[in-house]
Amino acid sequence: MAKLKFQTLNRQSQSFWLLIFFHVALVAIGLSAALYMEEHGHIVTGMSNQIVWGLPHVFAVFLIVAASGALNVASVSSVFNKLAYKPYARLSGILAIALLLGGLAVLVLDLGRPDRLFVAVFNNNFKSIFAWNIYLYSGFIAIVGAYLFVMMDRQVSKSTVAGKAMGWLAFVWRLILTTGTGSIFGFLIAREAYDSAIMAPLFIASSFLYGLAFTVLVLAMMSSQTLSDLMPDEMVEKFSGLLVIFALATVYFTVVQHLTKLYSASHRDVEDFLLRDGGVYPVMFWLGQIAIGTIAPLAILYMRGKALSPRMALTSAAVLFLIGGLAQMYVIIIGGQAFPLKIFPGEKVSSSFFDGGIATYTPSIPEALLGISGVSLAMLIVAFALRLLPFLPQGAPRQS
Amino acid sequence: MIRKILAAWAPMIALAGALFCAPAGAEEAGRTPVPHPPKGQGEHCVADTEFMRRNHMKMLFHDRKETVHEGVRGEKFSLAGCVSCHAVKGADGKPVAFSSDQHFCKSCHSYAAVKIDCFECHASRPAEMPQKAASAPADAPYAAIASYVRDMKPEVKP
Amino acid sequence: MTAPDQNTDVDRRALIKSAVGLATVTLAPGVTLYAFGVEAASAPVTSAKRWGMLIDINKCPPGCDLCVTACQQENGWKSTGHPSTDAQWIRKVTLRDPETGKTREAPAMCQHCATPPCVDVCPTGASFKRADGIVLVDKHICIGCRYCMMACPYKARSFVHEEIDDQKTVAPRGKGTVESCTFCVDRVDAGRIPACVESCGVKGGAAMIFGDLNDPNSEIRKAVSAMATTQIRADLGLDPGVRYRNL
Repeated sequence: MAKLKFQTLNRQSQSFWLLIFFHVALVAIGLSAALYMEEHGHIVTGMSNQIVWGLPHVFAVFLIVAASGALNVASVSSVFNKLAYKPYARLSGILAIALLLGGLAVLVLDLGRPDRLFVAVFNNNFKSIFAWNIYLYSGFIAIVGAYLFVMMDRQVSKSTVAGKAMGWLAFVWRLILTTGTGSIFGFLIAREAYDSAIMAPLFIASSFLYGLAFTVLVLAMMSSQTLSDLMPDEMVEKFSGLLVIFALATVYFTVVQHLTKLYSASHRDVEDFLLRDGGVYPVMFWLGQIAIGTIAPLAILYMRGKALSPRMALTSAAVLFLIGGLAQMYVIIIGGQAFPLKIFPGEKVSSSFFDGGIATYTPSIPEALLGISGVSLAMLIVAFALRLLPFLPQGAPRQS
Repeated sequence: MIRKILAAWAPMIALAGALFCAPAGAEEAGRTPVPHPPKGQGEHCVADTEFMRRNHMKMLFHDRKETVHEGVRGEKFSLAGCVSCHAVKGADGKPVAFSSDQHFCKSCHSYAAVKIDCFECHASRPAEMPQKAASAPADAPYAAIASYVRDMKPEVKP
Repeated sequence: MTAPDQNTDVDRRALIKSAVGLATVTLAPGVTLYAFGVEAASAPVTSAKRWGMLIDINKCPPGCDLCVTACQQENGWKSTGHPSTDAQWIRKVTLRDPETGKTREAPAMCQHCATPPCVDVCPTGASFKRADGIVLVDKHICIGCRYCMMACPYKARSFVHEEIDDQKTVAPRGKGTVESCTFCVDRVDAGRIPACVESCGVKGGAAMIFGDLNDPNSEIRKAVSAMATTQIRADLGLDPGVRYRNL
């Protein structure tokens, strides 16, 4: 096989600078929003004692899930020996780290006491999934960092054993990491919408989808920047096929999750709420996750090469999958909390503390900006890394 | 957070200022602004001023794990004790909160630019019945105090 | 002033009992430590006790909120006009049987579980259970992640959404941390009963009993042994320390 060649990003068009400026501005605004929230307390957000996790958590979990999935291309190349994916392994690794950092930044800045982050480092309760995640996340960054080193160092990269070993380690670690993220919700016995082991595989399936969608979009953007074809037609086909499989897997686990709960009489009402009666949540689910986030992109991918150019189909499907992913996280995280806890099962309850009532949630502008800035932070980290080191494959010059 | 960042930078600014002003201050003693924390209500504090200046934070930190987690009450020194004895009355005759510059802790801490977050949770004003200082029972726990001092001993600096 | 001699056995020889009955210790010339009006520190709590509460709903009249106001008075939480974010350590919940229409009211607060989910999920160990069964938040190490609020089946916890500067000395509470019923832990440690129980007993229906569930001679133990009681969401197997009768 011909030696793979890589390049740094050394050509920036005006529109690219504009995009960078946009992301810098968003990160700055997001940080200011976090300062504002910290100064005034969470009273300036839409979060309450009913909806304790809001939009920042939607974005944070979305990014963290996407991060582990972004590593997938690297895993496919080194763990499953698919050489076609090898040129994208480096990008996949750095994208994974960037997305994770973006998500974690949002999560940390939303804390009630972000200034006490070190407390969380030095005081650990090892029964807490959050505490495991501190190690899973930092371990992920270290392992993927080492994996990148093994792939990129002139000497070390000659050893196929090292690459293979690191590839396996990173692959297993990312599966555990996403299991941990899903378990944050899956282990919550008190909340009927969660409390299910299926949250872990559901999150893993979703991670494959979001991660690849992000990878595809970065590649498309970089193709236009480097004026070279980073995704040959063959890869467009492969990526499209993978996205279809991952989207179907996500739908499969979503269907099983809801069917399991629908079958149990005690969980019927929470399902009715999320799927039919809950106002914004059924809309988010059916319109956001299912119609825009699953059916539409699948239809677009189906029509690739017929009504649409394959490349165009792939990138627009990727955008829609990500929108659907955010909707999915919104329904899971916010919808799951909006349905009241059954403290006294079988009774109609009411109180001054909103017992028995559907909780309302209107995100405030600061928390929305904080959430969105996590995506921008991830993208800035990627852009910076691509400029610094040769993460991008050298594609064929663009034919246009 | 904004305040915290300012608080973090303040010592450097203060240091720069101090270096700048040092020669003048040395010649004209009294021109250097120093805090004048209000006097406590009792006869004297639980330890000499010099000791308290250096060690009050350790004395406060020391017991919190035992008290909160293990329910050990009646520890030798307490934040409530400090707050009670060092309460400062405001214009309305009531003790002022930490938000006031007159507050005993605040008067020094804003001078030293050391941000404390004790009073984000703890009451900075005494409870309804102020505790009077300097009223040791006849059977005061000498051994306990001695052991406490032993704990503190390495920290005492002249 | 000279540094203290680290090898000197300061504790015994330096003890001076002054004329005014103060305990003073000379650490070094010019450094003296006084001890004031303190009792000897109490011993750490142990699992020999398990504090619990029994609430008889039949004795809890509708509309009565003495327990709630007593708690507010004692611990300093109150309405700030933001009902969805205001903390509530204890509340009256109105229950209605949807079939029969039978209505009654029950106070609800932290149930002080034997195996509390809030403690399991807390990443820093700020949410903890004392050896004697009281579940608390150590606000010194709470980072405000609210995972405990997600995990609690009883909606017992509140997040402090705004700055507070009028705390009670006995109940520290502050912005960015989570809080809940403490069983009035400072009163319990001083041999008293929680404010809600006291108020209910003095002015209300005497619906609440507080005491040591492990002590065969305690009023609460006798009461729970004599008649059937209910733990709410007993199906979750958390073994709450709060029990209800006639629910």
